Amino acid sequence: MSAAYPFGFLDEYAKKEVRRTTLKAVAIPGYQVPYSSREMPMGRGFGTGGLQLTLALIGEGETLKVIDQGSDDSVNAVSLRSFIEMTCAGINTTTKTEEADLIQSRHRIPEKDLREDQLLVLQVPYPDPLVVVEPSEDKRKTLHGEADYSRLLVKLYEDIVKFDEITISHRYPTRINNHYVIDSSPIPRWDVPKLHQSKALVLFGAGREKKIYAVPPYTKAEPLAFEDVPFRVENFTDNNGQRRSCQRCNCTSSFLDEFIDSTTGKKVYQCSDTDWCDTQQSLNRSTQAATDSENVSKIGEIAHG
Amino acid sequence: MGYVAIKGGGQAIDETKKVFDYLRTRQSDDALPLDSNIIENQLRLLHSRVISEGGVYHPRLASIAIKQSQGDTLEAAFALRAYRSTQPRLLETPLHDTSKMRITRRISSAFKDISGGQMLGATTDYHLRLMRMELLDESPEKFRAIAQQWLKNTAIENIPDTFPKVLESLRAEGLLPPIDKNPVEQGPFDITREPLVFPVPRSAALATMARGEQGSLLAIAYSNMRGYGDVHPTVAELRVGYLPVLLPHPITGERCEIGEVEITECEVVAMYEEPGDTTPQNKVHSNMNKSKPTFTLGYGACFGHNEVKAISMAILDRALQKGMADGPTNPSEDPEFVLLHVDGIDSMGFCTHYKMPHYVTFQSDMDRLRATQQKSNPKESI
Repeated sequence: MSAAYPFGFLDEYAKKEVRRTTLKAVAIPGYQVPYSSREMPMGRGFGTGGLQLTLALIGEGETLKVIDQGSDDSVNAVSLRSFIEMTCAGINTTTKTEEADLIQSRHRIPEKDLREDQLLVLQVPYPDPLVVVEPSEDKRKTLHGEADYSRLLVKLYEDIVKFDEITISHRYPTRINNHYVIDSSPIPRWDVPKLHQSKALVLFGAGREKKIYAVPPYTKAEPLAFEDVPFRVENFTDNNGQRRSCQRCNCTSSFLDEFIDSTTGKKVYQCSDTDWCDTQQSLNRSTQAATDSENVSKIGEIAHG
Repeated sequence: MGYVAIKGGGQAIDETKKVFDYLRTRQSDDALPLDSNIIENQLRLLHSRVISEGGVYHPRLASIAIKQSQGDTLEAAFALRAYRSTQPRLLETPLHDTSKMRITRRISSAFKDISGGQMLGATTDYHLRLMRMELLDESPEKFRAIAQQWLKNTAIENIPDTFPKVLESLRAEGLLPPIDKNPVEQGPFDITREPLVFPVPRSAALATMARGEQGSLLAIAYSNMRGYGDVHPTVAELRVGYLPVLLPHPITGERCEIGEVEITECEVVAMYEEPGDTTPQNKVHSNMNKSKPTFTLGYGACFGHNEVKAISMAILDRALQKGMADGPTNPSEDPEFVLLHVDGIDSMGFCTHYKMPHYVTFQSDMDRLRATQQKSNPKESI
């Protein structure tokens, strides 16, 4: 990389534009604010919208965490993080959710609750929830302005008629502050409730579609549903009605990835949030150690007694 | 236990860079690296395409982009475009008059005898597409002799530098509408600084298409040519050459030439329409004036020598003007459909992104499918 690139890769005008767009997005919760969106040196669809937000918002001395599919070590997270480190001299990176000032993520919101002083940037492929019912952006803009989401609700209703279930798995349409419905980005339904009254500011960046929108802190975020058909997150109970646990940390309260263990051929489950999983594991170890030492001292007492 | 599928990302990325570069260099012991001048000259049209889609006129960087992307036009244009993001916009050029172009090729399919004459220049249009097996083993001596011979046999001093525009004669006859001065006064729409929020002005459409991906423009223009539309164009003029670029002098403010860019420009004439402006009010107004019907125009221009692109763009410009005025009746007349789908960097990026992990969303998809299956057949356990 030549030294000719400015801090944050983008020229100053571009960063300023992203910040001003962000302010507008915060001021109008859930409204998709158009911005010019520069080409980044990674593919459109690889998080260029989130990346532009991060580059425009991060400053020297701040700490960054980048995750993809919940993991800090997945290829795209590694690639984004090393690019940001390369172009933003003086920032720190971490894999620990609680240490990060700014978290850029694709497809997940960390399991650990975020704080007021933290910022979550989500990467967005499709910023507009109405795209499933209306292909024209011009027409969708009017629908949003009038908060006319009837066609979206009809789609949900038709799902129930056809399948007896709402079939939207991720990118769940969510109404923000009683008006704009957003595409919550491809986070699972599991993560949608975390947007509601979130302590941290959540920013959504769609680079290819050139939009930025926000769920400001302490703002209502309600997934679309019906009185008699409530919104439901992913179900991780087994056939016996038992909540599945992570095979690594035994956590029974996290979003799980399922896969086939290559050695045993069996289906296994693991936390999708790697930092969460590591934390649970070390907690288990310290509890285990505490119990062990307790047991040892008990044994000692017995032996001596 | 580790995260089998996604651990070790950093190392994997490093290794894939190495093997990608290995494929570039593996040929044999006596292989030579591609020289950037060779790319610019011998792969002239590939180079043109990349400069045009990259949207920044930098021949040297375009050559490197082609070299590092190993000839992938989308990737090469992408690298140029990303470089462009780091560059500030310093100045805006004034409007340029393409009649001042130093022409290397210009033709008209509307008139046999155009002022200045038809000049075929370098084209493959009338080549027989037969394999030239002699190129398989070309000696450097023979290779150099071709250029020397051509220069010796061509009376270059007899070729005029500039040619008048074909459209000028049509306009003089009143067969074309007068030039619309409005867009000039409003100034051009800068697509690198403003997002497209529809409806967009024609200058935004032209700028988007000028750096659009050739294949995408061709495919949508072709749909219009075949019948999903009815532009039925006649190429009034297609010209290729070097356009002097003028900028105001920093001190005197006087316009001075700072260099030249190779461009391809195409103007198509389409069937006539009712007279008047595109806005309903003006339409009524001009109907009252009972002005005569005229031919309509489509305009295409791009960096480099890309004739298929310039013609496709001109046809789409015509189709879009119609769609903007009367509402689209087919995809090629719909500004959103055309302008949001012709950018190669956007479309290839999004296509490529499907190769990234989608474990979480797929997990969520499975949850929905299982729930639905369970409901449709409650007795069967999943």
